[in-house]
Amino acid sequence: MTTITAADLNHRLADDRDAAFPDLVRAFQDGIYSGALQLTKNVHDAQDVTQETFVRAYRALLGYDQDRIRALDLRPWVWTIAVNLCRNRARTKARRPEVSEVVDRPATGDDPADLAIAADLGVWRDRLARLTEPQRTAVVLHHVVGLPHTEISAVTRRAESTTRSDLRRGLAALRNIIEEES
Amino acid sequence: MTTIADSLAALATTAPEATLHAVLDEVGLVPDEFTLVDGPIGPAYVSWSSAGVTAFVPQSVVGSPQEFVAQHPRAAEYVDAPPARLALHLDRALETGKLGKLPVDLAALGDFQRKVLEKCAEIPPGEIRPYGWIAKEIGNPGAVRAVGTALGRNPVPVLIPCHRVVRTDGTIGNYAWGPAMKRALLEEEGLDPDAIEATARRGVRVVGTETTHIYCYPTCRHAKRSQDRYRVDFRSGEEAEEAGYRACKVCRPAA
Repeated sequence: MTTITAADLNHRLADDRDAAFPDLVRAFQDGIYSGALQLTKNVHDAQDVTQETFVRAYRALLGYDQDRIRALDLRPWVWTIAVNLCRNRARTKARRPEVSEVVDRPATGDDPADLAIAADLGVWRDRLARLTEPQRTAVVLHHVVGLPHTEISAVTRRAESTTRSDLRRGLAALRNIIEEES
Repeated sequence: MTTIADSLAALATTAPEATLHAVLDEVGLVPDEFTLVDGPIGPAYVSWSSAGVTAFVPQSVVGSPQEFVAQHPRAAEYVDAPPARLALHLDRALETGKLGKLPVDLAALGDFQRKVLEKCAEIPPGEIRPYGWIAKEIGNPGAVRAVGTALGRNPVPVLIPCHRVVRTDGTIGNYAWGPAMKRALLEEEGLDPDAIEATARRGVRVVGTETTHIYCYPTCRHAKRSQDRYRVDFRSGEEAEEAGYRACKVCRPAA
């Protein structure tokens, strides 16, 4: 999973925002997209959320001074934007339920590995959809994206102990759901 | 036997390749392309983003491509020609003196400046309007100086014809690239700057047509159409109104 390889990304963003910004996108886009695939309804929404996350991040950076940018914990910061967008999208969709059966297909081609992932996507999304919202967010951010507990707590603004129990209960719920299936 | 955690970890994938470009494009970080085209006053550099033309400068003003890039940091890549659709509308705009369907990217500008430039783009070739006309038309009649400043910072002169906006006293006035170029551009459109200033010196601001009792700016196509013997000179719109004339609905002279 994506990890922050460039620890100096903050400093480069603070020094020359426009030059460093593409690296911010490169560093987090795979994680955001992977997570958004599980936290939204389909590939299309996941793509939208991923793009919109970085557009908003850029616009936010425009208003921050250098010290504030240097002090940012970039990954949870970006994920806070992304989780909000996923949540808003789910809400909008719930208010206006539409039968938009966008077929899940990998955006990157016909690679067998991609196809296998695509087949799995729907199955897991349906299972995850049955968790409570905090559990689903915690499980996806931790197990799919690879965020540590502390960063998840920063994103969801819940205590770390709460995040741990969200994760534990989320996994337990998934186990029950899978047992029901068989 | 795979655990749930393993299965979830296997859901990690990569973002679509187009993501980075789409994001950079939307926030305006995709470098503009630029090239050299033939303009009404010689070759000119023109740059564009995905949204439209972003800059226009005669080569006589900036010289080398390096100088152009130095002044337009967004324009990083020299290419042989604009994309086909842009090239078509650019040619047409330079030929006719009208923006037509040429997209212009004014996203980097403030609302006021954008309004001023959009209004300016409505002035037809071969006609001129005073700064005050734009101020009045955009609903900000007091902002004459601000209009001048906004036009002075026009990123796409010639294409958005700020050379067609002149001083309220009727003199041609200044231009970002010097008054001589402004006069040359107007001459290129069939106007005679010396004659325009001579008329203005006589105190004439608007002209009426006796047969219709309509008054226009002297360069309005309707004023130019009427025969000289029916032409009546006025020192102001008020004077014309007092004489029983009404303002032309095409050039809408300020009272």
